[in-house]
This record gives sequence, C-alpha cells and structure tokens, in this order.
Amino acid sequence: MTYFQRDRSWHPPAFFPPYKTSVRRSPQSALVMLPETLSEATGPVFGQSALGPLDNDLIRNFSPSGEDAIGPRIIVYGRVEDEAGRPVPGALIEVWQANAGGRYRHAKEGYVAPLDPNFGGCGRCISDDDGWYEFRTVQPGPYPWPNGPNDWRPAHIHFSIFGRSFTQRLITQIYFEGDPMIWRCPIVSSIPSKEGIESLIAVYDHAATVPMDARAYRWDIVLRGRRRTMFEGDAR
Amino acid sequence: MIRRTEYLKESPSQTAGPYVHIGCVPNFCGIGGVFPEDLGATMITGEAKGERITIRGTVLDGTGAALKDAMVEIWQADAAGLYNSPEETRGEADPHFTGFGRRAGDYDTGEWRFETIRPGPVPGPGGRMQNPHVTLWIVARGINIGLHTRMYFPEDDVSADPVLSRIEHRTRVPTLIAKREGAGQYRFDIHLQGPDETIFFDC
Repeated sequence: MTYFQRDRSWHPPAFFPPYKTSVRRSPQSALVMLPETLSEATGPVFGQSALGPLDNDLIRNFSPSGEDAIGPRIIVYGRVEDEAGRPVPGALIEVWQANAGGRYRHAKEGYVAPLDPNFGGCGRCISDDDGWYEFRTVQPGPYPWPNGPNDWRPAHIHFSIFGRSFTQRLITQIYFEGDPMIWRCPIVSSIPSKEGIESLIAVYDHAATVPMDARAYRWDIVLRGRRRTMFEGDAR
Repeated sequence: MIRRTEYLKESPSQTAGPYVHIGCVPNFCGIGGVFPEDLGATMITGEAKGERITIRGTVLDGTGAALKDAMVEIWQADAAGLYNSPEETRGEADPHFTGFGRRAGDYDTGEWRFETIRPGPVPGPGGRMQNPHVTLWIVARGINIGLHTRMYFPEDDVSADPVLSRIEHRTRVPTLIAKREGAGQYRFDIHLQGPDETIFFDC
C-alpha cells in the first residue's frame, strides 16, 4: 500500500435518508477490500497545455457577448495537499456552479431565477508546482430543491479533483463562510462531523481581494496521503 | 512525553449532484465554446496497438430504473498492460492510448458507451498477474461518495486472479464480469442495490 487508507467514517455514508435520492442509489453490501495495485496507484495526468487561457475565469470563459457574467465577483484559491501535508502539483480541478441567481445552465433545471446569458458555469485549472490553484467567478446563489417540503441548497461550487492516482479521485462541494443555509442543508449534513463540514467552508480572505474588483475566498483541498517510500526521490 | 503525529483529513466527499455534466462533460450538455472537447471523450488518439472493443452499460438503482444523470469514468492499461501515467515505472505506455475515458449516461436511456482497447494483464498483489480489467468510477445525484468497481472479461478464466479469488462471497463475483454481445462488444450494467448489487471496492 502506498496510500493511507480512506477514513470512511469521515465521509458521508452512502445511505443517508434525509437526502432522499441516496435511499435507492446506495449500495447495501459492505465494500470489498481491494489491495492497492498499479491500477489504483496510477491515474491520468492532464498537462497545462491542455488548458485554454480563460479556463479558470468563469466570468468570461462562456460569454457570447464578451460581457462579464453578472454577480458578486470572487476569486477562489487555495492549495492542494495530501493528508501528510505535502503539496500536490499537477492536480486537475474542474468546477461547476449555478449563476448568481441560483440557476444552472442545464436542460433539466427548472428554478424560476433567470439564466445569465454570459455565464456557462464551468471552469478548470491545474495546480502549480507548489500545489496552488485559482479561479475567478461570480458567487453562486442559493436555490430550492425538491427533497423535503422546503429544502434549499446553500451557495456552493462543485469541485472534481484528479490527483496523482485514481485512489485520490474526489468530487466534493465548497460552501461560503457565514452562510446560514449551510447548517440547514441535508446534503451538507450527510457529513458526520462538524469538523468535516467546516473543512468544506471556504474562508473569506480580505488580504487576497482585488481592490475595486473581486473579493477572495480560500479553500485548501486535501487528497489522500501517500506513504513515503525508500525509493522516493522527493525530499519534501 | 508523547508527541502526537498530526495528519490532515481528506476533504469530505459530496454528491456530484444532478448537474455533474456542466462541469465534467459541458459539450455533452450543450455548453459549447468553453472547452474544445469533453475530457476523456477520446481514448484512442492514433494507431493504438491492440484489439478495439466497445463497452456499454447502464447504472441501475434499487428499483431497477436506469440512472439518467450518472457519470462514469474508466481507467485501464494499454494492450501491453502498461498505464499511461507518470507513476508507471515498468516501461512506456502506448502513446496513442490515454487509458482514461469519461461518459455521461444518455438523457433518455441512461446508457453510456466507451470505445477503447482490450487491456493487457497488470501485476497485482505479490507480483502475481491480474486478469485484464477496467477500473470504473461512478458518481451521480444521490451517490455521496464515488463508487469504485472493476470490469473483467468473460473469455478469461477468473479462478486464478489474485483479486477475484480472494472475494469471500463467490456468488457476487459474476457482478464484475461483462457480458459479451458480439465480437469486441461488451455490456457491463452496474447495479447500485438489490440481489444483483455490483461489488464496489474500498482500496
């Protein structure tokens, strides 16, 4: 084994009835232990050359008119690291989100809030040599969803992350500091501990704001830790 | 004095939700002009060595209904059993084969389909060779953490495989074996629940 085992008690359980869709989509048998092989210790790597210059700028990367997307302008940035605290360079991070009114650009979306013609809602970037990543976007709005009689999703951004191996593959969501909707959301509450929930809350970072332009939120991503091996050349 | 060893905790998973398409396969769901092609749309990028195969299937919930909002990713070795990854130290993988594919289920039927090549065998525990297999990862609305499984080929004798042979519940092993539908054509349906529930792995 080269990766730390995943602490499943820290993650949401598959079966979580307050999130109703999980009831019929959760495996009922225990997971089968798989010894790590090359199939899990390897994974696809996506080079910087695969990205376009606006891929991490959701304010401009879709706009057919060339005008900026509407909404509070924010920067989301942070560091990708593993459980041992080592930076993960070269991680591909894909994000998607609703617009500032809380509406997604999707055929099956039915919320009454208007579509922003200049906002697509997707972007991506690759972490640098020290693990840093950054996006520019508009702060997404909260929206209602048909789960309980009056359930709302807090403002959130979805993150899909590829680290160095398929074992590190992760999809999650981030929330925003100070949002009272976080603590009412059944999907958020599927995470067993308050500490776990707090680790998905991006923190307002005044020092990183761009004056007269965009506020900044910081969120650090933690992927599964890799054991140090005798043969590893990395001195970190 | 005892000093604690401090480690960080992995970021907790959250569901990919119903709109995973927007971020992962935007062209598929009609968001054009942002990325030239959806990631993982093309696995074969030239004269790749090996047998061309297609794998198709659906993800089914506990009521037997097909998920129409699932995303499936596959990861596999090339025809020689090498991974196209910097972590691959045994040799150079086929440069015309990425090993990585990503598809969303069809909006109407839920069916997904990969055009790939038959993978070669890869070493497993204790250096014993594993049967050729494809790794799959499934996310969708209602799936709180991505599900990891494997697909094996029906032509291969699975009795000696070092991973399959250690699975305690032998009656469940067939859930990991694709059905052959023709030359190079395979079907692999994934059951999230019920008597045919697919084996999902923790590694």
